[in-house]
Amino acid sequence: MSFINYVINGLSLGSIYAIIALGYTMVYGIARMLNFAHGDVIMVGAFTVFFGVSMQGLNPIAAVFVSIAICITLGVTIEFIAYRPLRGAASSLVVLITAIGVSYFLQNLALLIFGANTKSFTSMVPINPVRLAGGEIVISGETIMTILSCIIIMISLTAFIKKTKPGQAMLAVSEDKGAAQLMGINVNGTISLTFAIGSGLAAIAGILLCSAYPSLSPYTGSMPGIKAFIAAVFGGIGSIPGALIGGILLGVIEILGRAYISSQLADVIVFMVLIIVLLVKPTGLLGRKLQEKV
Amino acid sequence: MEKIPKIWRENLITYGMVIIAYAVMQILISFGLVSRLVQGLLVPLCIYVILAVSLNLTVGILGELSLGHAGFMCLGAFAGAFFSKVTVDAITFSPVRFFLAILIGAAVAGLFGFLIGMPVLRFRGDYLAIVTLAFGEIIKNVINALFVGLDSNGVHFSLSDRAALGLLDDGDVIINGAQGIIGTPQDSNFTVGVLLVLLTLFIVMNLIRSRDGRAIMSIRDNLIASESIGIHVTKYKLMAFSISAALAGVAGVLYSHNLNSVAASPRAFGYNMSIMILVFVVLGGIGNIRGSMIAAIVLTLLPEMLRGLDRYRMLIYAIVLIVMMLFNWSPKILEWRERHSLRELAGRLRGRSKV
Amino acid sequence: MTQDMTPLLNVTNLSISFGGLRAVDDFDITVKKGQLYGLIGPNGAGKTTVFNLLTGVYRPDVGKIFLEDENITNMKTMDINKAGVGRTFQNIRLFKKLTVLDNVKVGLHNRFHYSTLEGIFRLPRYRSIEKIMNEEAYKLLKVFDLENEADYLAGNLPYGKQRKLEIARTLATNPKLLLLDEPAAGMNPNETKDLMKTIRFVRDEFDMTILLIEHDMKLVAGICEELTVLNFGKVLMSGETNAVLNDSRVITAYLGED
Repeated sequence: MSFINYVINGLSLGSIYAIIALGYTMVYGIARMLNFAHGDVIMVGAFTVFFGVSMQGLNPIAAVFVSIAICITLGVTIEFIAYRPLRGAASSLVVLITAIGVSYFLQNLALLIFGANTKSFTSMVPINPVRLAGGEIVISGETIMTILSCIIIMISLTAFIKKTKPGQAMLAVSEDKGAAQLMGINVNGTISLTFAIGSGLAAIAGILLCSAYPSLSPYTGSMPGIKAFIAAVFGGIGSIPGALIGGILLGVIEILGRAYISSQLADVIVFMVLIIVLLVKPTGLLGRKLQEKV
Repeated sequence: MEKIPKIWRENLITYGMVIIAYAVMQILISFGLVSRLVQGLLVPLCIYVILAVSLNLTVGILGELSLGHAGFMCLGAFAGAFFSKVTVDAITFSPVRFFLAILIGAAVAGLFGFLIGMPVLRFRGDYLAIVTLAFGEIIKNVINALFVGLDSNGVHFSLSDRAALGLLDDGDVIINGAQGIIGTPQDSNFTVGVLLVLLTLFIVMNLIRSRDGRAIMSIRDNLIASESIGIHVTKYKLMAFSISAALAGVAGVLYSHNLNSVAASPRAFGYNMSIMILVFVVLGGIGNIRGSMIAAIVLTLLPEMLRGLDRYRMLIYAIVLIVMMLFNWSPKILEWRERHSLRELAGRLRGRSKV
Repeated sequence: MTQDMTPLLNVTNLSISFGGLRAVDDFDITVKKGQLYGLIGPNGAGKTTVFNLLTGVYRPDVGKIFLEDENITNMKTMDINKAGVGRTFQNIRLFKKLTVLDNVKVGLHNRFHYSTLEGIFRLPRYRSIEKIMNEEAYKLLKVFDLENEADYLAGNLPYGKQRKLEIARTLATNPKLLLLDEPAAGMNPNETKDLMKTIRFVRDEFDMTILLIEHDMKLVAGICEELTVLNFGKVLMSGETNAVLNDSRVITAYLGED
């Protein structure tokens, strides 16, 4: 029975990774950059809710929406100030380092405002745990909420990209910026929209993450951010179903590894699986192959 | 054929800067003008310079992005410290012991660079970045969970806990899991650090200006052309990556012998460390060896110089980093700088006087 | 001009498909030693794909490639170069951040050796071999009138000189067969004329066999002795230059395209 509990926990953690990975994969697909600050947007999202609810006594639902709005604004602003001026720069490393700078900035800003102490985060999920099999299997409210959110986000995002004009524009821009521009697509606007969606998802992920694992510090988002990027690469970067599969697999592997092999080596197992997958399939599980023209 | 002296002059300036900085620092110290805080930073500065210069070999010269440099440093640190701790009674003359520790640290890190490089160097760009990051984290986490003990039966390993080593009464735990190695001889000092910086510069700068270095740079500039003229691309990628890893191992040995213990903590050997070294390389100029050295020094001292600003210093550091990146690389800002540069201004003035 | 009868390059039945499309279909060619041979055809006929097959960038689905007696089919790009095939690229591929001199010295890489340690520690062999490499490189640069630009970064050279440098770099590998992919692309008539002279000079001076892809008919007619025409991945015809250029099928293939 404990195995089933672990798998459920894994699905829950995996769903959080998947939500973050969705944002990562979209931003990567469109801006071709490793956005190291993405994980810190998660932290900002969680801190906003913490600040609103625990310190200002705001209604939790209102706090969630405020948090999403703030993260969207933050994501779009970061792109506008720090990344957009570097588009077309001589080396792709440049924007990577700038993203690292943004990451340092957000972490240290949070450190300045909230201090280095770990805060205990009150869960935002008003659902009672469900007990099955005579109480041997426990599904927490957070788990239900997380998995539900992940499914809803997946479906609506896929519909958005397939069915709407801005969604199609995103696909076009990620395929070929120059051609998209010629077709009259507002490239800058589309990139901003992508950052907005990605950052909004990061806020949701942050709140879910801290509801399930209720400790919050300025560095909370860093490792989940990296893991989510790994999930995105794992599933095939740029692919939305890939992000989902990558995230879920990563979460389940991590929880099972922690339970059955070694809690200290859980991350080692996660990273090993990534490497093995990439060695066998260099573009990830659902990725496409790109070849240089000679 | 007067070109070789030009390269020599460039290299001599780099060595000269190190030697002069060293001499000035020694004089200041002898007059008691250097605070303990800054004195404590001298060996770390050497470590960062070695790390930055060696990472530049991978990033700037080979042109491949690595985010696992701290992992190789970790290997070097532990291999060297392990050796020193085991032989501290057998080899009492510390310079020889430390020299051997450095060789061992470099060899172990270089070997792992080779073994890891073989499968991963087929990846490029961001994929390589994430895979090297993964390997760096694997190394750090495995060493963090590693227990190694020594008794009259030989060496014992475990990845679970100290008791699992099953040591005899005469046994001794050398690597104690998350606590790492405690009681390494403190063999590192500023002079040794500077010597190792000079050695690193010597190896990297001479490698670049040699047959193998040209082959490595040709891969960076155009891999397909490089293959088409018969360059063994895999071999030279591995060579650059392994040498870079070995030198990171040297920095690691310096690190683990600077304090009397070493632990595989995320702070010392995590991906954030690798990223920080990458920041040095990029800000110093990708492929610019002297630049990495200067960037490593300035960016290490900057937060210290901002110490007066206390809580704001890391925030300012972050802003400085972002602004410098935009100022140095943004195509629009570069164009603006081009138009408003002094030379351009002088040219315009001259043009006006002609009219 | 030595033209003995043993073929230097002998290709039979070469084919490759990309996603169901036959890019090169049953391609044959025989180039004799010392020949200046042209591979022509309309855009998209598969000429560059043939070069990519000959140099191991792509592996053929079927077919055999022989360089003299050596079967070079399925060999790696670098080994094909070591076996004696050198090439240039349609979109010039120089080592842009290396100097002009170093570009040629990379080409000399497999002909002059010293070890990594000899290089790092500047041992005597490093000095003597580097000296020889410099002399060899300068010899080549002089042939292409590039010796004054030896210390420029290759990426800063004007276009025409970049093309020449790419040929010089390839010749530095001492190939038996030189493949030139549209050497006159992007050149003005004067530069093209100059290039024709250089190509002929290379053939005579280095005893080289040259297979070139070209669009410029004047250049082809001016220097090639034999031609193979490729259309839709297939050989339309092969033969002596004038005969091929006056053939009605060839004219249709080209006019049809324009």
